[in-house]
Amino acid sequence: MIKLQKIHRNFQVGDQTVHALDDINLEIGQGEYVSVMGPSGSGKSTLLNLIGMLDHPSSGQYYLNDKNVTELDEVEEALIRNNNIGFVFQAFHLVPRLSAAENIELPLMLAGIDPDLRKTKVEQALVSLNLTERAHHKPEQLSGGQRQRVAIARATITEPSVLLADEPTGNLDQKSGHDVMDILEALNQRGITLIMVTHDQSLGDRSVRSINMIDGRIESDITKNSDHVSVS
Amino acid sequence: MVVLNPILLKIQIMLASRDVIRFAWQALKGYRTRTILMLIAMSIGVASVLVLTSLGEGARRYVRGEFASLGTNLIIVIPGRSETSGSGLGNMMGVTPRDLTLGDAEALTRHPNVKQIAPLNIGGAEISWQNRKREVTVMGTSSELLSIRHWSLSRGKFLPDTDWERASPVCVIGKKIRDEIFTAHNALGQWVRIGDNRCRVIGIMSSEGQSIGVDVDEVVVIPVASAQALFNTPSLFRIFIEAKTRNAIPRVIQFTKDTIKARHQGEEDITVVTQDAVLATFDNILSVLTYAVGGIAGISLAVAGILIMNVMLVAVSQRTSEIGLLKALGASRRGIIMLILTEAMLLSAMGGIIGLTIGQLGAWAIRSAVPELQAYPPLWAAAMSFSVAIVTGAIFCLLPARKASKLDPVLALAKR
Repeated sequence: MIKLQKIHRNFQVGDQTVHALDDINLEIGQGEYVSVMGPSGSGKSTLLNLIGMLDHPSSGQYYLNDKNVTELDEVEEALIRNNNIGFVFQAFHLVPRLSAAENIELPLMLAGIDPDLRKTKVEQALVSLNLTERAHHKPEQLSGGQRQRVAIARATITEPSVLLADEPTGNLDQKSGHDVMDILEALNQRGITLIMVTHDQSLGDRSVRSINMIDGRIESDITKNSDHVSVS
Repeated sequence: MVVLNPILLKIQIMLASRDVIRFAWQALKGYRTRTILMLIAMSIGVASVLVLTSLGEGARRYVRGEFASLGTNLIIVIPGRSETSGSGLGNMMGVTPRDLTLGDAEALTRHPNVKQIAPLNIGGAEISWQNRKREVTVMGTSSELLSIRHWSLSRGKFLPDTDWERASPVCVIGKKIRDEIFTAHNALGQWVRIGDNRCRVIGIMSSEGQSIGVDVDEVVVIPVASAQALFNTPSLFRIFIEAKTRNAIPRVIQFTKDTIKARHQGEEDITVVTQDAVLATFDNILSVLTYAVGGIAGISLAVAGILIMNVMLVAVSQRTSEIGLLKALGASRRGIIMLILTEAMLLSAMGGIIGLTIGQLGAWAIRSAVPELQAYPPLWAAAMSFSVAIVTGAIFCLLPARKASKLDPVLALAKR
């Protein structure tokens, strides 16, 4: 369902060209649990942003559900991000002036979904992430773990097929980090494709498939379970 | 899973406007100081337009009122031809304009659209009573003048309604003359000397103040025939004609010209001035003035717009990560522009409404302080300043909104 072909992503830094992604070929199937690891500057975040269509390749093709999304215009991209992709960030990125429930509601609002339907969906999400009591709290009144759960609820409210997590536990203590991982993995169990960038080996070890990147290239691509397909 | 439903796309572009307004409103509430600052700027702009135009409008109304006090549907006949078309024939042939006479005035009454006519003769003379004397302006006229010029009497009667040709020894005096000549004495019924003639005071004008040209407080009014005798001239200074309706004025003017021409051996040696013509000139001047001050105040609106632009630019950089997030969550560029624009429009609209309120209060304050000045802001000023506020808000927000929409979400979200 995700297929990257000969993807290059170059940045111009001064008069130097940095190859953040250097000839990436990658296929990720529906429902996979993939961790992307590597040192700083290895291109793992760039890869994630590219899959999430926040960034565009300098060259190469990106197919999402057999559709070449490198050719889409900006509005169509936005729509795909809204419908098919959920983001979880290290820094949570909650809108500070909105309550937990309103933050969760945002993608539905941007999609122009009917308010009544939105309310029902948000309530379900609050229940499933055990946030009902915190629904009307502002982010600053929530703990780190709660904030990340709000962010996860927001990322999954449109029932996307892909969930992209960039260091989702980076700003959390160990206990909350584990809780968040449990939630993400439970979502993966229910069929969502989970792609997580981390530099925490213990987190990377939890995933079924782990991709290691160095200098913009895929160094290794190991699948622990033979049920999943591996292309390297 | 990738569904590109065109209807959904459209909805996504437009966004549900109620949500957008709510979101913008929350953003405005979230950044209170900046919101209040911008509201102040916008409302001062709108309010100053309102207050300044209301001053202009007040001045216009004041002048209008002054003219109305001169009389309505008034036509003034002046001896002599004043024209710009270079017909100097009369002058070249040494023909001086013929006098306007009582006969002319009487001839003019024979038109169905003429309501009333008053001849006027004017000159200076000395008034004396006992040992007091002073120079006064003497107006020789008829009983009709009272209603034509909308004058009123504080005591006694105006000139009797008699034949214009008949001189009678009566006079009506202005308030100031009464005060100076008679002081504490009762003026009514007293015999005074005007020039070489004696006459009895039969009425005292009520104070009208300066009514363009003549200070009613300082005149002595006598019958026109008496004035002709006093000044030893048959000619009139003016003929006042009151037309029955406003629409009849042109016909009366034509009739006047024709009649006088016929009576003056084919010479149209008069000038006819209407109240309306003079009023229209003043009206024009003051309207232009009002537009001008409105325009000057409008500059403050533009300044407010620039302020909004600056603050919005700061707001965009403050909220970089939020905008990046909205993009990640599926807001398109147009969606972001809509959000920022709505925020600015909401600000402008609120600033506009507050400004309209302040402006109305300001105009009210002016009216309370200076009751003569009916300083009501004209409707066009309110409508214009409000829409200019909205439009400048929108225009000056396009730049920040475009900047926001072009933010790279990756960079925006990288900001921790």
